[in-house]
Amino acid sequence: MIARAVRWLFLALIATFLAAPLLVVTGVSFNGTARMSFPPAHPGLLWYGTFFADKGWMAAFTLSLGVATGAALVAISLAFPIAYVSWRYRSRAARWLETLARLSFVLPLVVLAIAFLIFWSALGHVGRIENTILSHAVVFVSLPLATIALGFRSVDPALVEAARTLGARDEDVLRTVLRPIVLPYVVSGTVFVFILSLNEYIIAYLVAGFEVETLPIKVFNNLRMGFQPTMCVGAVLFMAVGILAFSLVAASGDLPKLLGGRAR
Amino acid sequence: MLTAGRAQIALWLAWPSIALVGTVAIPFLLLLRISLAAPDPSGLWKSVLTLDAYGALLNREFAGALLYSLGVALLVATITVALGFPLTYLITRMKRRPQVVWLVFLLVSLSLSDVLNAFSWQLLLSKRGGLTGLLVLLGIMSRPESLTPSNGAVWASLVYGILPFTVMTLYPSLSQLAPEVVEAARTLGASPLRAFRTVVIPMTRQPILAAFVISTVVTLGAYVSPLVLGRPQSWTLAVLIGNAALAGHDVPRAAAMSVCLLGAVGLLGAATVWITRQRPAR
Amino acid sequence: MTPSGLELQGLRKSYGTHVVVDDVSLRVPAGEFVCFLGPSGCGKTTLLRMIAGLETPTSGRLLLDGMDLTAAPAHQRNFAMVFQALALFPFLTVEENIAYSLRLRNVARQERQRRVRELLELIKLADCGARRVDQLSGGQRQRVAIARALAQEPMLFLLDEPLSALDAKLRDHMQIELRLLQQKLNLTTILVTHDQREAMTLADSIVVMADGAVQQIGSPADIYRRPANRFVAGFIGQCNLLQAEVLDSHHLDVWGRVIEVESIPGGLVKGTAVTFSIRPEDIRILPAGTQAPDTVPGRVSFAREVGERVELRIDCNGREIIGAASPADWAALGSSSGSVAVQLRASAGTILTC
Repeated sequence: MIARAVRWLFLALIATFLAAPLLVVTGVSFNGTARMSFPPAHPGLLWYGTFFADKGWMAAFTLSLGVATGAALVAISLAFPIAYVSWRYRSRAARWLETLARLSFVLPLVVLAIAFLIFWSALGHVGRIENTILSHAVVFVSLPLATIALGFRSVDPALVEAARTLGARDEDVLRTVLRPIVLPYVVSGTVFVFILSLNEYIIAYLVAGFEVETLPIKVFNNLRMGFQPTMCVGAVLFMAVGILAFSLVAASGDLPKLLGGRAR
Repeated sequence: MLTAGRAQIALWLAWPSIALVGTVAIPFLLLLRISLAAPDPSGLWKSVLTLDAYGALLNREFAGALLYSLGVALLVATITVALGFPLTYLITRMKRRPQVVWLVFLLVSLSLSDVLNAFSWQLLLSKRGGLTGLLVLLGIMSRPESLTPSNGAVWASLVYGILPFTVMTLYPSLSQLAPEVVEAARTLGASPLRAFRTVVIPMTRQPILAAFVISTVVTLGAYVSPLVLGRPQSWTLAVLIGNAALAGHDVPRAAAMSVCLLGAVGLLGAATVWITRQRPAR
Repeated sequence: MTPSGLELQGLRKSYGTHVVVDDVSLRVPAGEFVCFLGPSGCGKTTLLRMIAGLETPTSGRLLLDGMDLTAAPAHQRNFAMVFQALALFPFLTVEENIAYSLRLRNVARQERQRRVRELLELIKLADCGARRVDQLSGGQRQRVAIARALAQEPMLFLLDEPLSALDAKLRDHMQIELRLLQQKLNLTTILVTHDQREAMTLADSIVVMADGAVQQIGSPADIYRRPANRFVAGFIGQCNLLQAEVLDSHHLDVWGRVIEVESIPGGLVKGTAVTFSIRPEDIRILPAGTQAPDTVPGRVSFAREVGERVELRIDCNGREIIGAASPADWAALGSSSGSVAVQLRASAGTILTC
């Protein structure tokens, strides 16, 4: 009885902690005045109108979506071959690449940002959208790598052997047996990179922040100038994209399994 | 057969190799190189070979900042693991639907931008952000006052940003933990809390350590929260690195500080490997 | 107070509208070995887990020696349980696994070591105490799991299909060891299994379950010889279940033959449809053309010798009967043509009302 109450209280406190800032931002975005206050005064959609009418905000928003899509696709194009070769051939080269890819994720982001800043400056290729996309792709590639590797591990070897005895070549096995099993893992890996790239600030800022102003950069720049309710609208939009993307993953697949937990 | 396999491997791995070696390995070598260069007020750096950037770090302030950053990182990592471990365990024991809701909730806060995270906390802790009003109502504060900048605000924001990472790191192993092992402990006379302590924790020592290290490293790399929510005297190394590159235009200095931070992270990693290799304590 | 054993009163478990265990009442006398037997999904494991305190019953009571333990949490019951997956603690040695419950009870170090040594000898693993669990074979792990459960000197010993992961030969061996151990320690024991042979070997009494409900409780011989219903007759061993009709208080009509039986179960009047159940080995195979009221002609469609007996499938005018004969009888019959007469010996069969 007491244990149950303690457990409930603990979960409620954590949920409050996690939800509070999100709720405040959402609440403030519905303010009817330019002052920031929570709970909102004169609630309305005033600032949503301002956001969507403002060319600068909309440009930052669509730019962010573009960068995130690019980064997600590039990351998958890197992660899938490595995971596949590592699983299919137990190749040492693939292991090395895996380690290299993991490394970029377990290092402090600031350090990565400085390394990329130097790299792109040394190339003389500054302020381009490719910089942001490629940097995000290699920094976050370890996530799809982990999920896709998980997917390949979940393949019952007997299935592959059965397909081979039925006459399937490597590419047939990949297309007919592996694709349906591994696809959900590829999708969730893609979503991870997309969402993380969408929200990433410091790398995006250092590699091309003046020219490629993504939404987090714009929010940050505005933050220094003082409060503007439109910033909250941007934040709410991003949260909505996150909730939507992860809910879709959860609805279309077995989320606990995709995250490496027990299957249903 | 073998050569055919090799050709296949080469074909598959061509693009990933080029991309990863080109954009991970080379930038790191460049980072090392530029940390040995001199600053250039008109450009980014001068291609000379000097230890000046490191020499400039041999002072109390830098050592203090490094130690302070490590201290904050270890503190935040301790808090997140202490909260995240029981949280993850409870989540993995939930029924499917609430479990998925919690996971989506955590993934959303995991992906929340550093900028939006810091901004949200700034709003929440500001004069009219709701929390202060609540505290006044409860009689804890005498009048509404902004709670930022402060160390507490920085920690709260960091814990907020890192807790989901901790949960995601712990989730696979805790989820795979066979319920029978805990049940066995229960039938052998262990209360739920005792079973947690004597069975669940010993069985997940390695994931706990991994989560701790990851939380520490992510905290060490956090730039926005300390900058926005903290006072200059409590800026972490990450802020100093970012500012050296951005405001100071001293890229070699930023690179040298980065190398030092990497060294600290490397030591931390080595220590963890060493601890995990030890036989479990009785 | 004298130990009267375990008593379940109307135990039920349901998840929403799905009833897993339906109103189970039974008694397990102290010192007895009881098997819960049934197909997978029949609720036997859930019943065992409710007894262990790992599941909360939706309703009903559980008493041990007259004491109500329905609400007691698992760790306060002192019922030992051996799990199907064994659930040994991988981070502890064999000794530490066995000593786990003693540590929880703050048993002094010397006493603890003495108990562990005793148990290691009991399970014939005296030299393996310092080993890690993953250095043991399947059978050895099995025995460690049993010793770990016994260390706390449990009031009740619960086993959830503990032998199902072992190969057939080792399983046979472990069954006998388990039975000897139980008798030696005089432990009140409940074992859950889907293997009727295992239940027959081990149990003083068997509880046959299906669809969450108890179908029959009785000694192995009882269950085999006098099944209570069609489910039990069909589940335990092979059985012919023949449609029949009551003629009068001493006669049945089976497939148009009039068979004389000792008595018809009470309350059955003329014309009631019943099932006449008879085991293959109780059917007598006679030369074709034998005339008797309880014989039916048939053709052997399939025969196989399995060592001590010959198993037969006999086609009786479109209906199949499973029979058996000793190799000697089968040879004497010389039935190469395939035609035989099948005698349904009424005294060997059972009349089932459902």
